[in-house]
Amino acid sequence: MIIDINFIGLIIASIMASAVPLILASCGELITERSGVLNLGVEGMMIIGAISGFALMTVTGSLIIAIFGAMLAGVLISTIFAFLTQTLITNHVATGLALTIFGIGISAMIGKNFVGIPGKEFPVLFEALKDTMPLLGPILFGHSIVFYFAFALPFITSYFLKKTKIGLIVRAVGDSPESASNQGINVRLVRYACILYGGAMSGLAGAYLSMIYTPQWIENMTGGRGWIALALVVFSTWNPIKILIGAMIFGGLTIIQFHMQAIGVRIPVQFLTALPYIVTIIVLVVISRDSRKIRLSTPSSLGKSFHKDN
Amino acid sequence: MHKFLIRSFVSSLVLLFTLTVAAVAKDVKAAFVYIGPTGDHGWTYQHDVGRKAVEAAGFKTTYVEGVPESADAERVLRQLANSGHDVIFTTSFGYMNPTNKVAKEFPNVKFEHATGYKREHPNVSTYAARFYEGRTILGTIAGTMTKSNVIGYVASFPIPEVIRGINSFTLAAQKVNPNIKTKIVWAFTWYDPGKEAEAAKALIDQGADVIAQHTDSTAIVQMAEKAGVYAFGQASDMDKFAPKAVLTSVENNWGPYYVDRVKAVANGTWNQKDTWHGIGDGMVVISDLDSQMPADLRSKVKKLQADLASGKVHSFTGPIYDQKGNLMVAEGKTADDGMLAGMMTYVKGVEGDIPK
Repeated sequence: MIIDINFIGLIIASIMASAVPLILASCGELITERSGVLNLGVEGMMIIGAISGFALMTVTGSLIIAIFGAMLAGVLISTIFAFLTQTLITNHVATGLALTIFGIGISAMIGKNFVGIPGKEFPVLFEALKDTMPLLGPILFGHSIVFYFAFALPFITSYFLKKTKIGLIVRAVGDSPESASNQGINVRLVRYACILYGGAMSGLAGAYLSMIYTPQWIENMTGGRGWIALALVVFSTWNPIKILIGAMIFGGLTIIQFHMQAIGVRIPVQFLTALPYIVTIIVLVVISRDSRKIRLSTPSSLGKSFHKDN
Repeated sequence: MHKFLIRSFVSSLVLLFTLTVAAVAKDVKAAFVYIGPTGDHGWTYQHDVGRKAVEAAGFKTTYVEGVPESADAERVLRQLANSGHDVIFTTSFGYMNPTNKVAKEFPNVKFEHATGYKREHPNVSTYAARFYEGRTILGTIAGTMTKSNVIGYVASFPIPEVIRGINSFTLAAQKVNPNIKTKIVWAFTWYDPGKEAEAAKALIDQGADVIAQHTDSTAIVQMAEKAGVYAFGQASDMDKFAPKAVLTSVENNWGPYYVDRVKAVANGTWNQKDTWHGIGDGMVVISDLDSQMPADLRSKVKKLQADLASGKVHSFTGPIYDQKGNLMVAEGKTADDGMLAGMMTYVKGVEGDIPK
C-alpha cells in the first residue's frame, strides 16, 4: 500500500463532503440556541428537507426550486416548533423530540411515491481544475455550490454573531431575555426568526443528503446525522469556527475507519459510532468545570421558556 | 342513566359489526411482518413486491412495517393472528423465536418464517433463498472485468449469510482470475446510504475497480457510477440508478413462493416444510446482463446460470481451503447445506479477518 499525496487529498475531500450536512445543520442550530431556544428537532427537520428536496426535484425537474423548497419546508416545520414553544410556551425538549418523531413519520408518508427513483446529477464547480494540483486539487475543486456554501457558513455565522447589531441582539436574547425585553427588543420575534433560520439550514442539510451526497430517497436516510449535529453544537461550545473542526472529526470518523478496514487495520465499529457522543460528553464535563468558559459561550437562558409579563 | 344507555347501544353495535365481519370474511387473509420500511428499496421492498403478487392473485393481505425483533414482534404477531389472518409471513431472521412462540398459541394459523431454522410447531415453515448462487455469477463477472485486480466488497454484518456470500463471490472470481484480491469493508448496517457510499468511496480510492455489496441501498452503485467503476445491484434491479456502473443485479424474487403458499392455505394443502430455493426455482433472479460485458463473458455467464439452476454446478465445489490452508471441502465434493448454513470462516484468498 503506497500512500501518495493524491490519495490523501481524496480522503480529505471525502471527509469534507461528509461534513457538509453536519456543518449546515449545526450552524443553523447554533443560531437557534444562541437565542436561548433548544430545538432537538434537527433530525426531523433534516429528513423533511431531504424528502422535500428530492420530491420537488423529481416533480419540477428544477434543482434550484428543489433546494429552496427544501429550505422552505424546514422553515415550515420549524414554524410548528416556534409556535408551540414561543406562543404556547411549551417545553423545548419535549416539543423538539416530538418534532423529530413527526418529521420522520411524515417524510416516510410523503416519500412512499418517491422510493426507487434515481436522483438527478447535481452540477459541480471547477471540475476541470481538479487534476491541476496534487493534494489540493481534489480538496478545493469539483464540488457542488452547497459544499462551498457550507464551508463559508461558519465564518459568516461567526461574523454575524460578533460584528453585527442583529447578532448582538440574538446573543442578548439568548443570554438574558428579560434584560433584552426591557431594552425594547421583541424576544419572541427574535426567537421565532432564529428557530426558522435553524429550520432552513436543517432543511438544506437534508436536501444535500437526498440530492447531492446520495441522490435518492430512502426512509430514515438522515441516519442520526441530526443528533450528531446537535452534539456538535455542544462540542463547539457554541462557537461556529469550532463546528467546522468538529464536523470534520465527526464526519471523518467513518471514512477513516473504512480506509483502515480496507488496509487491514481493525477498530471496533461500535466504539467509533459512539465516539462523537463520548467526545461531546467529555467536552460538556470539561466546560462545566470551568465557570468562566460557560459564561462566555453557553447561552444562559438555553432551553428556558420566556414568559413576557405585559 | 342516559349515558349508560348510549354506551351499551354503541358497544352492542360494535359487537354486532365485529360478528358480521367475522362471518363474512371467509377468504384467506395473509399478513406480512417487515423489519424495515417498505420504502427501503431493498430487503423489505422486495418482500412487499411479493406481497403485491399475492394480492394480485386475488387474496387479501395486510402488512406491518418497521417491527423490531423484540417483544414488540410477539405483540404484532398475536394481534395479526387474533384478527383473522390465516397465514403470517415473518420476514426477518430475528423473528424466529417470537414466531415459534406465537405459533404455539394459534395452532390454526400458519406461520412462515424467512431465513430461520426453527420449526418447533407443525404450523411453522421456514424459507430462504440461495443468494450465494447469484454471488457466484457476480464473482465470475467481477474477476473477468477487473483491470486493477482489486475488487471491493461492502459487507453488512458478520453472519453466515454474508460470509457465505463473500466466499462464494471470491471463489468464483479466483476461478476466472487467480490474481484478484477481495478487499472487504464492514459497514455494520443493512442500509444507511451515506455510510454505504463512504465505504464504497474508500474502496474505490484504494484501487478497487469493481464493487460488490451486501447492503441494501442504491448509494453504492451510484457512487460507482460517479467514480467510473463497475458495481452490482442488490436485492432489486438497480440498473436505472447507475446505468453505466451496474453490470447486473441479483434480485430477490419472493412472489411465486408467497402465492404458492397462500394458495396452499386456501386449498387446505399447506404443510410444514423448509424451503431453500435458488436460481433453479426462480427465487434468485439475475437481471439483464449489461452490454458493456464482452459477448463471450455474457454467454459464459448465461451457461453458468443454467448450470447452477440445473445443479450441474455448485457454488461450493471442492477443493476449498480456508485462510490457513485447511481443507474445508474435499476435491469432487460439494459443501452440504449444514456447512453452508453455519459458515463462519473465510476461504483462502479473502483478505483480513472476520470482525468479532
